[in-house]
Amino acid sequence: MLSDLTLSEEQKAVREAAREFAEKEFPKYAEESDREEKFPFELLRKAASLGFVGLHIPEEYGGQGMGLLAYCLAVEEFWRVDGGLGMILSTTFGSEMILMFGSEEQKEEYVPPVARGEKICCSCFTEPQAGSDIAAVRTSARRDGDNYTINGVKTFITNGSIADYYVVLARTSPGAPKRSMGLSVFVVERGAPGLEAKKLTNKLGIRASDTAEVYFKDVAVPQGNLVGVEGEGFRQAMDFFNLTRIHTAFQAVGIAQGAFELALEYAKNREAFERRLADFQVTREKLAVMRTKIEAARLLALQAAVEADRGKPDPGLTAMAKYFAARVAQDVVSESLQIHGGYGFMGDQAISRMYRDVRVLEIYEGTREIEVELLARSLLGELPSKLGAVRRHPLR
Amino acid sequence: MRIFVLVKHSPSPESLLRVSADGKSLDPTCLTYDINEWDRYAVEEAVRLKEKHGGEVVAVSVGTNCDATLRKCLAMGVDRAIKVPAEPGFDASMAAEAVVDVLKCEAFDIVLSGFMSQDANNALVGALAAAKLDIPFATAVTELSVEGGEARAVRELEGGYREEVALPLPCLVTVQSGINEPRYVSIMGIKAAKAKELKDHPVKLGDATVSTERIYAPPTRRAEIISGAPLEVAEKLIELIRSKGVLR
Repeated sequence: MLSDLTLSEEQKAVREAAREFAEKEFPKYAEESDREEKFPFELLRKAASLGFVGLHIPEEYGGQGMGLLAYCLAVEEFWRVDGGLGMILSTTFGSEMILMFGSEEQKEEYVPPVARGEKICCSCFTEPQAGSDIAAVRTSARRDGDNYTINGVKTFITNGSIADYYVVLARTSPGAPKRSMGLSVFVVERGAPGLEAKKLTNKLGIRASDTAEVYFKDVAVPQGNLVGVEGEGFRQAMDFFNLTRIHTAFQAVGIAQGAFELALEYAKNREAFERRLADFQVTREKLAVMRTKIEAARLLALQAAVEADRGKPDPGLTAMAKYFAARVAQDVVSESLQIHGGYGFMGDQAISRMYRDVRVLEIYEGTREIEVELLARSLLGELPSKLGAVRRHPLR
Repeated sequence: MRIFVLVKHSPSPESLLRVSADGKSLDPTCLTYDINEWDRYAVEEAVRLKEKHGGEVVAVSVGTNCDATLRKCLAMGVDRAIKVPAEPGFDASMAAEAVVDVLKCEAFDIVLSGFMSQDANNALVGALAAAKLDIPFATAVTELSVEGGEARAVRELEGGYREEVALPLPCLVTVQSGINEPRYVSIMGIKAAKAKELKDHPVKLGDATVSTERIYAPPTRRAEIISGAPLEVAEKLIELIRSKGVLR
């Protein structure tokens, strides 16, 4: 790997450990989990027992305390082999919100079992009418004495039907002057009366990952389940995504790297017109451009993760990494399938699955369009980002 | 029990191979390195022996660039690591000499190593080290136990046969792949390894016993299609078989 400049010996060791685990274990589950849309609980248990699941979660909350970058390197290696199975590292998704904004009691109660892989967390932001525009959420949380009563529907929720803890964005002040105001975050436990989840099936890709619609019907939660500050839910969600989108950038780098390796191998072995595909200038250019784009994406992702490990993710750098890496992943996986030709199209090869899996990367965790908008806001000083620090050109 | 395990940081056999400009060595740029596959089994076996009998496992590696492999051993449960910063290349006798220099400074009950290395495939270092130390050894071991001051080892022979041998301690055993299922490196192991000792053991090695004259890629073998009338083809075929020494 070329982009080793910033990695410590420990981080390299984590990457290698993750690579070995994914290379040996994932092939046992990849095809069946995809075909049957089956969440790989057994694989999750194995990965958790080796410490991969809570890599980025501090030791005092049951994790490994290795930092975001170490976690992201494992994400990259897992996605390099299979994206759907790589989602086992997203069973902590939502616990970051509790870590960032939750009370000490909440962190101690909810985070350690998730970090150990014993419990599964999910984040409930999206609603049928509110995707990228999360300020449009209609799910309500009405203050009712010492409780809040939650009503609403959330959709496309990763881990929704298998989660133990639901981190939910809901509207607490319906009459707030702006749509982004009056939102708050709550944690709801599985089994709460009125909470139901229905697994959504027939997804295009990452079919090993669970996706569900989640219904809240008069779900009562105590005041102690409010995560962070009432009314600050939108800002909390933005900070949360600034962090978790870095994971997605590494998912993209991983799947692109995997697709590239498959393409290179195929091009070296497949012959046409009495030559290897790798001997055709048109293929050689494809391979060269694919590899270059991956390396550029990896460096951007590394930059975003290093920034987060230094203290706080930079929204501009995160958006840049997520936008670019997800874009590159689409290009690279598509070109790899092109190199595989008919064999890639017929669907029984890993590249066919990658072609389906990769698509979500420009949709979830902030669409490509949202990332570009965040980038532009960063450049124009509308978001606090290093990208806003632009010098005036002397020839202006 | 004091257990030593010899490990090599070796190029993966799946690496892209390129001969260097001098024609006598491999260009290391394209090589991907990892712990030698056979040594991975040896490390696992060593750690299992410690788990059963208590004691200490020490990993020894010869090479200037073997830190990652030694750290991996520490993460797998080895207690401390010794690096001999020397480059014996494919000279198995020199490599054995380096290892013996370490072992002479340490007390040990058993030394384990992989049956062979995945690059040179010589299967020599273990046997040579045992000879230099004048201790008994067994190679290609597929089962191992230690009880009452002796090691019992089942060796793999040709043709699917097995041989069981008993070796008084201290002894050396080279481990065949498949003797166990090596554990994965865990994150907990990586963190624990950070606090473990990895020290250098500089040596002054004697003269090389092997010199490489030339390294080259094997010639590409091509299929030949014999064409012509059947009788003509048959004659050409017989001539070809005869020229290869199959028919006299």
